[in-house]
Amino acid sequence: MKSRESWGRYPQVEQQTHALVWRTDALPRKDGSLLPHGLGRSYGDSCLNAGGTLLLTSGLDRFIAFDPATGVIRCEAGVSLDTILRLVAPRGWFLPVTPGTKFVTVGGAIANDVHGKNHHRGGTFGRFVRRFELLRSDGSRRVCAPDENPDWYGATIGGLGLTGLITWAEVQLTPISNPYVLQETVPFGNLDGFLDVARASEKDYEFTMAWVDCLARGKKLGRGLLYRGNFAPPQFDGLPLARSHLSHGVGLAVPMDMPAFCLNRLSVSAFNWLYYHRQNGKPKQRLTHYDPFFYPLDAIYAWNRIYGRRGFLQFQCVVPYSTARDALKEILERSSRGGLPSFLSVLKTFGDIPSPGWLSFPREGVTLAMDFANRGEKTWKLVEDLDRLTRQAGGAVYPAKDALMSPENFAAYFPQRERFMQYVDPSFSSSFWRRVNPVSLPFSLAAERGETASPPPRSLLAIR
Amino acid sequence: MKKVLVLGATSAIAQATVRLLAARGASLYLTGRNAANLDAVTKDAATRGAAKVESQVVDLNDFDTHEALVEAAYTALDGLDGVVLAHGVLGDQAEAQRSWAATEAVLRTNFLSAVSLLTVLANRFEAQKAGTLVVISSVAGDRGRQSNYVYGASKGALNVFLQGLRNRLTKSNVAVVTVKPGFVDTPMTAHLPKNKLFASPEKVARGLLSAADSRKNEVYVPGIWALIMLIIRTIPETVFKRMKL
Repeated sequence: MKSRESWGRYPQVEQQTHALVWRTDALPRKDGSLLPHGLGRSYGDSCLNAGGTLLLTSGLDRFIAFDPATGVIRCEAGVSLDTILRLVAPRGWFLPVTPGTKFVTVGGAIANDVHGKNHHRGGTFGRFVRRFELLRSDGSRRVCAPDENPDWYGATIGGLGLTGLITWAEVQLTPISNPYVLQETVPFGNLDGFLDVARASEKDYEFTMAWVDCLARGKKLGRGLLYRGNFAPPQFDGLPLARSHLSHGVGLAVPMDMPAFCLNRLSVSAFNWLYYHRQNGKPKQRLTHYDPFFYPLDAIYAWNRIYGRRGFLQFQCVVPYSTARDALKEILERSSRGGLPSFLSVLKTFGDIPSPGWLSFPREGVTLAMDFANRGEKTWKLVEDLDRLTRQAGGAVYPAKDALMSPENFAAYFPQRERFMQYVDPSFSSSFWRRVNPVSLPFSLAAERGETASPPPRSLLAIR
Repeated sequence: MKKVLVLGATSAIAQATVRLLAARGASLYLTGRNAANLDAVTKDAATRGAAKVESQVVDLNDFDTHEALVEAAYTALDGLDGVVLAHGVLGDQAEAQRSWAATEAVLRTNFLSAVSLLTVLANRFEAQKAGTLVVISSVAGDRGRQSNYVYGASKGALNVFLQGLRNRLTKSNVAVVTVKPGFVDTPMTAHLPKNKLFASPEKVARGLLSAADSRKNEVYVPGIWALIMLIIRTIPETVFKRMKL
């Protein structure tokens, strides 16, 4: 059986799969633990279940209802954001929050409480989830909403798929008058420049996000380009819906694993330098289709293959404004000293809108995301250092992008962890969850249910 | 096809076909055996833009229901101009070899129930001198092989019946389209090892609809199966009978 990978392709684990077909079906009885798995766009091991079973939700891909008058959509948990956009965008609706790829499922968006370029205005995806059904391994089904089973609602949003299977969900969409975004690109010369322009942009722009040249040093440390934009006003309605802009991940493709030598300090430096200077140092405005604005990387199928067989590690942290300047400086310096360049680094400000999810990652401050080709120990050491710097700054690291976070750091980042644990389904677990909770090692509960417990993974190494 | 009866609408290929038809704004009448599953497919089609969707829970092995079912579809959609016959079972070859009852069950669902339904539908379409009958058969019907000849026989018999029906209905402007998919990657085959020959239900559905639109006679989907089956049919029986297929 072809094993499922996470998007970073690290770690690689052995696990079973079980394809779900109908939302009214019962969960399968398996030795070992279960974990829902959508499109596998989580980078590390939060979507993996070494020694257990992945419940593949791609078969739960049906719509249930859509009201074009109110913009409320109800669908099964395996429906992708791409599928939703194709249905609703031509009818004048858009996702209230969208991550940088549309190839994630609704269930995954809830389980990771994803955020987007509008966090400072809209908060997380979970805020727009009106209700969903949670199926537990004991066969019970609960409709969860802010005013119905609110604890289950809070535990499941951002709950990493551990509280049970989300079978369907209802989401409030946001109206648009056309599929275009008025986008402006503003260069900034260093980290202070970013903080100034980002804060200044929050008031007038729904969407903001910045690309950082992570190899620039000294006075230029943290220089980059800030993208800000709003959906175009109705005077642009007359433009034809440019279908050619819709990437469905089948056009350009990375056909194979790229050999390691393609990605080195020199090529990444050249790319970053060219990218920055393309802009001539001046702000530039243009009208663009939403697809390349929100999903630039979706146009290249399997872009994760540029990192080769060994995969890559992504690191995303958020640090509060009080410590942001110094902490980000240290983090950027540490990563540029690592000799392991990050191809794509992204800076973004998070607003103070709270999420209903107890384990939600976004919180007020500045978030930084970086990719590192996996070169073994050296890379792991780098990421662990960045983790430490984040914790010292009073920040947090994003589980959906993590493969290395320690149990102590997890507990520090997610103070509601104890409360959350009581809602974890006894039959559900993930490689991530066992890693950050080494005491609750797998399958003890399968034994309690009176079933034969399968042997635990050969060693903890098998999990990592 | 604007007003379409889909028989066995909860199968993977039928679901994918229903989605494409719904996106085109067709009116649909869907049947399936499981009420909850049929309801899921019905709501999905309605949400995706079908002009109208009605459904009926029915076991097509009960031949006595066929006349009324067709009548209900005609009434609900105010006429019919298309049929997608998608119900069928794979059966278990080993079980079928042991038991006539198991063999009969496969023949009954895949061949006899299809013939019973097509008898009613053909007369209606012949009388209205319009319409497209699309029937999902299989490459397995092209040649009997020890690994699944009971299923293959049910589809082979169906193919011959459809040839005759096509011959009869051509002058009445009714198209009879035989669709022969190869391996299809459905959620239910997710546990099987996959090779390059597995096609997605979506791909099969697109091939099916394009064949229906151009009123083809017999199509293999994906097209590569035309070549594969040509080779398989060409092998002399003296050689073929010794092969492990």
